Amino acid sequence: MSTVKFTEEHEWIAIDGNIATVGITAYAAEQLGDVVFVELPAVGKAVTQGGDAAVVESVKAASEVYAPISGEITEANPALDDEPATVNADPEGAGWFFKMTIGDASELDGLMDANAYKSFVEGLG
Amino acid sequence: MTDNENLKTTPLDSLHRELGGKMVPFAGYAMPVQYPAGILKEHAQTRTQAGLFDVSHMGQARLTGADPATAFETLVPGDIAGLGAGRMRYTMFTNEAGGILDDLMATNMGDHLFLVVNAACKEADFAHIESGLGDRARLEILTDRALLALQGPAAATVLARFAFAAATMPFMSAAEMDIGGISCLVTRSGYTGEDGYEISIPAAEAEKIARLLLAEVEVAPVGLGARDSLRLEAGLCLYGSDIDTQTTPVEAGLTWAIGKRRREEGGFPGADVIIGQIRGGVSRKRVGILPEGRAPARAHTEITDADGSVIGEVTSGGFGPTIERPIAMGYVAVGSSLPGTRVNLVVRGKALPGAVVRMPFVEQRYYRG
Repeated sequence: MSTVKFTEEHEWIAIDGNIATVGITAYAAEQLGDVVFVELPAVGKAVTQGGDAAVVESVKAASEVYAPISGEITEANPALDDEPATVNADPEGAGWFFKMTIGDASELDGLMDANAYKSFVEGLG
Repeated sequence: MTDNENLKTTPLDSLHRELGGKMVPFAGYAMPVQYPAGILKEHAQTRTQAGLFDVSHMGQARLTGADPATAFETLVPGDIAGLGAGRMRYTMFTNEAGGILDDLMATNMGDHLFLVVNAACKEADFAHIESGLGDRARLEILTDRALLALQGPAAATVLARFAFAAATMPFMSAAEMDIGGISCLVTRSGYTGEDGYEISIPAAEAEKIARLLLAEVEVAPVGLGARDSLRLEAGLCLYGSDIDTQTTPVEAGLTWAIGKRRREEGGFPGADVIIGQIRGGVSRKRVGILPEGRAPARAHTEITDADGSVIGEVTSGGFGPTIERPIAMGYVAVGSSLPGTRVNLVVRGKALPGAVVRMPFVEQRYYRG
């Protein structure tokens, strides 16, 4: 079972050994509405915590997706090119955005666990 | 989320909330951007069956007087005096520079003109009418009326169940009819590219009629999100995005809305500029653009030519659910405005290829009898 953490920008990050998988939360997918396009980072790209990593576009608008931690992109989800709606159908599973290395594990300490994120979302009203 | 406390509400506010509408601020009103079905399904609903839209935020007014049509022509370039009774026309308020102050629908109701203007402009529009016409006409602002739009290929079948005459009324015509025992003003018009109606109703009866229509199997509620994607596919302008005081009707490709007599006689604000452009041409034009990839090009995206020179800007852009690809409209230099012209759309620093195309993106299916 992997460890899953959450950001205040509504990304989730699941850690499996040296690799982390990143996506947007069910709450974020619900807020965005129907996703029609996802721009994913190139494999090998270095990202920094809080920096731009991907773009998700709904019918209405484009939104940035930020890197929850620093590291290097190792894989982008090819399913999202063909079927962006996967983000709505299974945001915290098949709708993952990218995988990355864990540049600095201590950056994970500042992120929320599932309970803390749940409280955070409830606080948004 | 935005503070909704100071927003105005339409007579259907509680119905929107009951239906699970996601309420957002729009032109000072709390309006449903979508319902639980979501924008893609609501869009498809309108293209295949019928969608019910609350457009009560728009401004409705009556213009009365000895000859309100002739008086009104001093503010707009449309042929309003030439409208037969029960007929309506799309037109716009222009300023002295030929820019567009708002676009609107004007209907000849026999003894008065019925006007529908954009929500965000309505106060300015009504002040403009009153100051511009003075004693020549009297403006009665209809704050006690709601406006519903029933749009889609099944709209006529549905409305005819309540008002038989609706089925055969011509496109761009108006008639008073009883719906569920309530007297309504029905026009065969809309903003989706589909056949359909706009229905002006006393505010107190609006929810009753909305529920009556929603109870029909072909009808589902549709929010402002799909209203925008529907009108974009239909190639229709959104005031404040595609047209404004910095664009003229000729640049916007709306010359068709300027009657022959008006082109000859003038007599509307900015006539010199507008008639000059009709005769002498313009330096930029509103065009449709099809981006080649999957990435939408949103409003304010820079448009460049093959050499990388900036030739214009996207004014509306997004994803077309029916055409199933990104679509956009914007202004380009006239030399790049012919359909088939290759352009680039600069999205997040990258030049994405696209082409100028004829609009609409999805064929309009208005009732032609």
